[in-house]
Amino acid sequence: MFLTKRSSRITLVVMALLLVMPVVFYNTGNEFYLDLATRLVILGIAAVSLNLVLGYGGLVSFGHAAYIGIGSYAVGIPVYHEFYGGFESVASTNGLFQIGLAVGLSALFALITGAISLRTKGVYFIMITMAFAQMVYYLFLSLDEYGGDDGLVIEMRSQLPLVDLDNPIELFLLCYVSLAISMLIVRTIIHSRFGMVLQGAKGNNERLITLGYNTYLYRLTAYVISGAMCGFAGALMGNFSSFISPEMMGWSRSGELMFMVILGGAATTMGPVFGSIAFILVEEVLSSLTIYWHLPFGLMLIGVVLFARGGLMGILRGKGD
Amino acid sequence: MTALLKISNLRKTFGGVTATDDVNLDVEQGELHAIIGPNGAGKTTLISQLSGGQRPDSGKVLFKGADITNRPGYARAGLGITRSFQITSLVMDMSVLDNVALAVQARDGHSFRFLRPARGIAHLRDTGRAMLDKVGLLDRADEPTAALSHGEHRQMEIAIALASDAELMLLDEPMAGLGPEESATMVEFLKSLKGERTILLIEHDMDAVFALADRISVLVYGRIIATGSPLEIRGNIDVQHAYLGEE
Ligand SMILES: Nc1ncnc2c1ncn2[C@@H]1O[C@H](COP(=O)(O)OP(=O)(O)OP(=O)(O)O)[C@@H](O)[C@H]1O
Ligand SMILES: [Mg+2]
Repeated sequence: MFLTKRSSRITLVVMALLLVMPVVFYNTGNEFYLDLATRLVILGIAAVSLNLVLGYGGLVSFGHAAYIGIGSYAVGIPVYHEFYGGFESVASTNGLFQIGLAVGLSALFALITGAISLRTKGVYFIMITMAFAQMVYYLFLSLDEYGGDDGLVIEMRSQLPLVDLDNPIELFLLCYVSLAISMLIVRTIIHSRFGMVLQGAKGNNERLITLGYNTYLYRLTAYVISGAMCGFAGALMGNFSSFISPEMMGWSRSGELMFMVILGGAATTMGPVFGSIAFILVEEVLSSLTIYWHLPFGLMLIGVVLFARGGLMGILRGKGD
Repeated sequence: MTALLKISNLRKTFGGVTATDDVNLDVEQGELHAIIGPNGAGKTTLISQLSGGQRPDSGKVLFKGADITNRPGYARAGLGITRSFQITSLVMDMSVLDNVALAVQARDGHSFRFLRPARGIAHLRDTGRAMLDKVGLLDRADEPTAALSHGEHRQMEIAIALASDAELMLLDEPMAGLGPEESATMVEFLKSLKGERTILLIEHDMDAVFALADRISVLVYGRIIATGSPLEIRGNIDVQHAYLGEE
């Protein structure tokens, strides 16, 4: 948990490559790789947000894909009404409005479901967060106006000052900067007094309560921050894919986010980003070899969890550090 | 002297076991009050009801005259009550100093402070170090807690209780598992706290108890069968039958 010099160096190098390589690929005609990198970076933001509660808080949320869903529909639904009428009060292509909606609704959803889920522990917490996410999944599945099962095409990307999201490079850069800011936010939080309480409660909740901390409120706050950040990632995901469907928030998507955090190294700044890099690479390579790519992927994950505690970050950082 | 803590008619059962059976007890301001009793007598359960970890079935706990029977555990620290644990209870994956600094931080009111790095806040670290110095652990401050020995963990428990700056310290067998030398150090240390803090001490080590206590209560099967000065307790026939005879 202490940031060693070596891990700072790794972080800087990988973050620099992550910025430069996609841009180079794009300019040499390999647009596909820019797309891949944009998706990677967006998933990275979601994983970084999940890491705040899962890694530093010890709260294993199995429902974070719900925030991706809420965030992307917060872009898709206003655009839909702007184009096809109805629901005047939300109809809009204004990106700031959409992102505000994505973050606000995600925070509200996290507040309500967190208030209930955080009264449980362990496996019950995992199950109840998953159940709440499935509720959102089925809600959107049942909304025929927005395509239900078939999903919804976003006719126009969010209109923002300064950046044009129809330009793939600008979209990528916005996502990249957002990732860097998310990492900074989480880092700042976990080193703060709030963060010490959050991590202390992960290690020994009873002790922290005895010291005088109402750990429930601290955890709930972290949960809301995490949900809001993940909802923001959802708004970017909607803009990136231009097509959204309930499938984005299925339980297996939540599982993938968990995998990224654990695979990359929970409770480290860079871990979730490594996790999403590994996830995207493995998904691309394995899925081109076999449609049953989830199986080898699962085995790899179990391998990392069993043999390399600390995830990929732990391996890279080395034992001696 | 006035009673800092007043326990009346406290009862707590677990299924068929009555762990606390109509306990009445006053702990005076500034005294070191020891509770002795055989294994399973209900000593830890009593402490837990005072610290808020467990709720009594009935009865009352007054602290400085205010009814705290149903106050949540986290609220009691703010009132001035702290406890140590019979089974070491620390944040093992944080450093020794982090553990103590968290106790100091709890005194500053809420910790919904998100910006400044906690490890850079001088008074948290300095007060934490001062507490570690008192229990002789200053040179271990930056080690991960998990790396320390059992005896050092017991000392950390005390440093944390001190850092909470509580008026009332509930100490559950601070000498559990310590060697003779470590025990002697701990006795000297607790002696040095006498008068400064009000202490409710649970301890099996009779030599320690008779050396430290102003008053002793004997708990057997959840009931207090005697309370008095160390001399009175030594002379009490019931106590000898119920407890001391076993030794
Ligand atoms: N959570 C619980 N559930 C059920 N029974 C319990 C629980 N806690 C304590 N007990 C029972 O209550 C009785 C008192 O236990 P307690 O731990 O308070 O005793 P103690 O005096 O601290 O013992 P020791 O000297 O071994 O620490 C015992 O019979 C114990 O088995
Ligand atoms: Mg006990």
